[in-house]
Amino acid sequence: MKKASIRKAYGQALADYGDLNPDVAVVVADVSSSVQTKFFAEKFPERFFNVGITEQAMVDVAVGLALGGMIPFANTFAVLFLRAAEQIRTCVAYAKTNVKIVGSYSGLSNFKDGPTHHVECDIAIMRSMPNMTVVEAADAVEARKMVPAVAEHDGPVYLRISRTDAPILFDESYEVKIGKGAVLRDGSEVALIASGVMVSRCLEAAEKLEKEGIDAYVVDMSSIKPLDTDLVWKLARETGAIVTAEDHSIIGGLGGAVAEALGEKSPVYLERIGVRDTFTETSLSYDELLDHYGMGIEDIIEAARQAVERKGK
Amino acid sequence: MNQITQKPLIFIFTLLIFDMRGNNMAYHSEQLVKELDEIAQSLRMDALEMIYRRQAGHPGGSLSAAEIITALLFHHLRIDPKNPNWEERDRFILSKGHACSLLYAALARRGFFPREELQTWGHIGSRLQGHPDRLKTPGVEMTSGMEGHGVAVGVGLCLSARIKNLNYDVYVLVGDGECQCGVIWEGAMIASKYRLSELTVIVDHNHVQLDGPVHEILPVDSLADKWKAFNFATFEIDGNNMWEVLDVLDMAKEIHNKPTAIIAHTTKGKGVSFMENKSAWHGRPPNDEEYARAISELKRRLSKE
Repeated sequence: MKKASIRKAYGQALADYGDLNPDVAVVVADVSSSVQTKFFAEKFPERFFNVGITEQAMVDVAVGLALGGMIPFANTFAVLFLRAAEQIRTCVAYAKTNVKIVGSYSGLSNFKDGPTHHVECDIAIMRSMPNMTVVEAADAVEARKMVPAVAEHDGPVYLRISRTDAPILFDESYEVKIGKGAVLRDGSEVALIASGVMVSRCLEAAEKLEKEGIDAYVVDMSSIKPLDTDLVWKLARETGAIVTAEDHSIIGGLGGAVAEALGEKSPVYLERIGVRDTFTETSLSYDELLDHYGMGIEDIIEAARQAVERKGK
Repeated sequence: MNQITQKPLIFIFTLLIFDMRGNNMAYHSEQLVKELDEIAQSLRMDALEMIYRRQAGHPGGSLSAAEIITALLFHHLRIDPKNPNWEERDRFILSKGHACSLLYAALARRGFFPREELQTWGHIGSRLQGHPDRLKTPGVEMTSGMEGHGVAVGVGLCLSARIKNLNYDVYVLVGDGECQCGVIWEGAMIASKYRLSELTVIVDHNHVQLDGPVHEILPVDSLADKWKAFNFATFEIDGNNMWEVLDVLDMAKEIHNKPTAIIAHTTKGKGVSFMENKSAWHGRPPNDEEYARAISELKRRLSKE
């Protein structure tokens, strides 16, 4: 499958959208070339503010911009937003300011800088804040489409962007809808519900599972909050076996959200693929790192087999 | 104009501004100062009554800020209670949100909402939360109460005014204990980078924080040197002296190439003798007897003014 950079697609889309919407402003904490806000910076210097390594103040500056009627996108590595968790909680979520938090270099995608730069708990933290919407892009097309969707969504949003080049899953006709999952592959025995880069891994797993006679749904659950619970419950009723997959801890992220939804209304067998409550290591490649920490295609296949086997008993 | 000024120098600067404006009369009329002083004193009583009634709140830091909040809301700010969302209004952010009893009293007296509503403070369903909530209370520009946010939020407001070509000033009142928060200085650096002359930070330097004297808990001195080092035009005044508060706010407007910091030396618990300079009164309400004493002291001072 052809690959494209998720972060670059985001950065270019932001610059493109700046033409359409004069209220969009961008703040960044000294990582503009990394998180690709450089395209916006070149085009709209009067609406671009590089505030240095001041993550807490960056969020508050974005809050002030929002109070003044702008739609600010605040950018840095996802892990660094944890420094500003209280700013995000009080001044963005509670004060319900129209700030878009873009956590880049998500999950383990900054493989080479190691565990200090990995992030396994951002979705869990952001998701538990009232008023906060949490979305993640699975490929370059979705990242691009998310920029207007996020900007035009009224209120706080956390947008999770990977550092990696990911297989292109969507064509131009795809429409991002916050609150809706996208079914990429129909199945019957099991549903693989994934977000971010794990979506393409699930598609590969589903192809292999088909050869074993297991028909697997594959869903891009880009909207982690609000979760598309109707879709989750429908898949649970149809298949009775769910596997979630994310580049995040199995605690509190997509897997946690799906488990909560299933537990409340439609309990079925659930396997969660993700970082298993551990810190990680540095690696020479992102794929190798995902494989090493239990997020490999084989891990997804095994989880699907387990879920199917358990419901059969 | 950017050197740290001692009090006598303030007087000289004030004279300079008089000259610039060709006005050799007293800059602010005695009548205005008298009226504002009376309002400040009344707000102190309102705030204490609110804290007493609710048996919760922060007397010390509310009383210390009475002159500053009064000067801003009743004279200096371009605001319109009938049109609280007027796009070009000046913005006031009470970053030290725990002083909100005094802010609520001032907003009510200024006509943003009915004064009777002050009695609902802290009740479930009230528009007046334990700390300011921008979504609930008319006139509250920004949700606050978690220390440290005001400066950087003010920076964002100034930047947005520049993009949108709007002409308003932003005033942020912070505590001296609050200046222990790193994010204050992050915000200060950013304000300095963008030369935000529209931004004025006022430090209510009452020298006392929750756990004790600021110089014991974590010294912040010299605040004036610190703000000056962050490239703010910096003034020091007696923040419980209405003349000086009014004058320095006008002086800050004359600064056009950098943000301003006003170190307002105040007395924590100002106006109630047994509350003054005592950390015990940072966040505890008076009992019946203490309340009666406090109000009679404030009334006595009011009648003198």
